[in-house]
Amino acid sequence: MKILITGISGKLAQKVALELVSRGHSVTGIDRRPWPDCPPGVQLVQTDIRKPDAEETFRREHPDAVIHMATVSYLTTRRDERYRINLGGTQKVFEYCERHGVQQALFVGRHTYYGAVPDAALYRSEDEPPMALESFPELADLVAADLFAASALWRSPERITAVLRLVYTLGPSLHGTLASFLAGPRVPMILGFDPLFQFMHERDAVASIILTLERKLRGVFNVAGPQALPLSELIRVTGRTPTRIARVLHPLLLGRFGLPRLQSGAVAHIKYPIVISDKAFRQATGFSHQYGEYETLDAFLAASPPPVRSGAHEEPIASPAPRD
Amino acid sequence: MTRRPKHTTLAPVLGESDPALSLAQEIEARLSRLELSFNAHGFDAYGVSRDSLSAGMRVMGWLYRHYFTVRCHGIEHIPSRGRAILVGNHSGGYAIDAGMAIAACFFELDPPRLAHSMADRFINRIPFLAQLASRTGQITGLPQHALQLLEDERLLLVFPEGTKGTQKLFWNRYSLGQFGTGFLRLALRTGSPIVPFAYLGGGEAVPTIANLSFLGKILGVPYVPVTPYLLPLPLPMAGELRFGAPLRFSGTGDESQSAITEQVELVKACIADLIAHGLRDRDAQPAVVSSPRD
Repeated sequence: MKILITGISGKLAQKVALELVSRGHSVTGIDRRPWPDCPPGVQLVQTDIRKPDAEETFRREHPDAVIHMATVSYLTTRRDERYRINLGGTQKVFEYCERHGVQQALFVGRHTYYGAVPDAALYRSEDEPPMALESFPELADLVAADLFAASALWRSPERITAVLRLVYTLGPSLHGTLASFLAGPRVPMILGFDPLFQFMHERDAVASIILTLERKLRGVFNVAGPQALPLSELIRVTGRTPTRIARVLHPLLLGRFGLPRLQSGAVAHIKYPIVISDKAFRQATGFSHQYGEYETLDAFLAASPPPVRSGAHEEPIASPAPRD
Repeated sequence: MTRRPKHTTLAPVLGESDPALSLAQEIEARLSRLELSFNAHGFDAYGVSRDSLSAGMRVMGWLYRHYFTVRCHGIEHIPSRGRAILVGNHSGGYAIDAGMAIAACFFELDPPRLAHSMADRFINRIPFLAQLASRTGQITGLPQHALQLLEDERLLLVFPEGTKGTQKLFWNRYSLGQFGTGFLRLALRTGSPIVPFAYLGGGEAVPTIANLSFLGKILGVPYVPVTPYLLPLPLPMAGELRFGAPLRFSGTGDESQSAITEQVELVKACIADLIAHGLRDRDAQPAVVSSPRD
C-alpha cells in the first residue's frame, strides 16, 4: 500500500513510518522539519503541508492512504501559528485527499480533546462533547481540527476516514506532552489534587495506528493503553520529586525553581482527570496493549533517569524532551 | 438517640493489648478479600488505592465501632458479590450515614465489599477531599459512573434525597425528602437489586438548627450546617443501620416518569418502614448493645 504521512519528522510519526516500511508498505512523508536519519525506504518531502509542493506530492504519489500527524500543541507553538497548522493544515490534507482520490484517511488526535473538568465522567466515550474550551482556549485549534476531520465521515462517505484520540504516549523517545511535563527534576502538582493520568507506551501507540490502517477502520475512536494511574504515582515511579503547590501560587512558581511552565488552562490537566474508554476501539480491532503501566513508566525512566542531587542545586540529567 | 457505653462486645474483636494494630491487621486481611482488582502497586481502574483505603478504613473503623458505636441489622441482605444498589436516607449535616454504610459493608460483610457512594459534584472541586474521595472509590455521582460501576459488578451506594437530605434540620431528621428517580431507572437498565436501608443517629450526631448557604458559597460547598454549639462537629451519638430485603423491579428503565415514580415511592416506603422499626426498637431497648460480627 502507498501511504503518505504528514508530520513525519515527529518522533511518533517516524516510528509509524519505520514500522510500515518493515511491513512492506511504500511510505512518503511531508514535514517542514528535516529527518536526518530518514531511512532509504522512506521518501521525505520537506515542505509545509499548506504549500503547493505538498499537493504536488499527493498528485505525484497518488497515495492509497494518508496518516495525518502534522499537528502541534500549545507547548511549542504560538496561537496564530497553531491555528494555521492544526486547523488550516487538516483542512488542506482532507482537500488533497478529496482531489487526488485517496481512499483512506486517518487523523491522529489527542484525548485532551475532551478537556479536564471537575464533573466529567471517568472513561469518557467517543460520544462525549469537548469541554473546558472556555478555560483552556489553547486546545481549541486541536478540537476544531479533530471535529473537522471527523466531519469527513459524512462529507466524503466513500472514503474510509478514522479519527483516533490517543492518550499521552510515553517511552524511550521522550516525546510528547507528558514526557515534557515529567522531564525536569521537580514535577508540579496542585495541593490537594491527584488526578488519574492515562498513558500508553509509544510502541503500543504505533501498533494502534497501523492496526487502524490495516483493518480499514472507519469512525471516531478513543485509543488507550494500560490502567490509568494517579499523577503522584507517575512522579514516584519515574523518580521525580512532586512539588505540591496551592492553586493560587501556580502562576508565581511555574517556570521557576526547576518547574516546567504551564499555560493557565493546562493547570486543569493536573487538577482533574481526563480518562477515556477505548472499548469501541478494542472491539473493532482486537487491539490489546503490550506494555503495562509500570513497564511504560520504566521505559521512560530508563531513557530519562531521575536527577542526581549534588550540593544545593539539582540539575536534570535529561535534556528537555523533544517536542513536535 | 441515646449514647451507648464505649466498652462493648467489640473489644475482643479489636484485641485487648494493641487495639490499633489489631484493627490494622483486620483491615489488611479484609482488603485482600475485596472484589477490587488492584494492580501490582495497589491501584484499581477507578483510581482506588489500596493504601488510601487502608488508611481511610482505620478512621472509619474507629468511628464505626467506637465513636458512633453503630449497630447493624440485616447486613445479610446485601449480595456477597455482584451488582447491587444500596439506597438510604440522609440526615445530619453531612454524610455520616454514607461513611457508616461504607464501613458496615467493609467490616460486617463476609467477604467484605467496597460500597461506592455517588459523591456530590462539589467534592471534586475541594482540595484534599477530591483526592481522598477519588482514592477511596467515592466517585462523582454521574449516571455514567453509576452505570460503569454496576456493569463492573460493583456495589453502589445512593442517597436519592441528595444534598437536600443532609440539609434536614434536627426536628426533621427522620423525615424523608423528595427522592430522585435516576437510581431506579439505573436498577432497571442494569438488572440490579435495590437494597433499602435506614441510618438512625445522623441527625443526633450533627443536630443541625440552620444551614448557611452564603458561607457555603464562599467555601465552595452547598451550605454549612450550624448546630447549637455552632461548629458542625459530630457528637458521639450511637448510630444504627438497618438493611432491608432486596427489591427487584422489572422493566427496561425507559418507562414513563409516573411509572418510575410509583416504584420509587415503594423504595421510599421501605426505607420509612426501616426507620420506624429502628425507632420503635430503640425506644424499647435504649442501651442494649449487640453488633453482629463475623
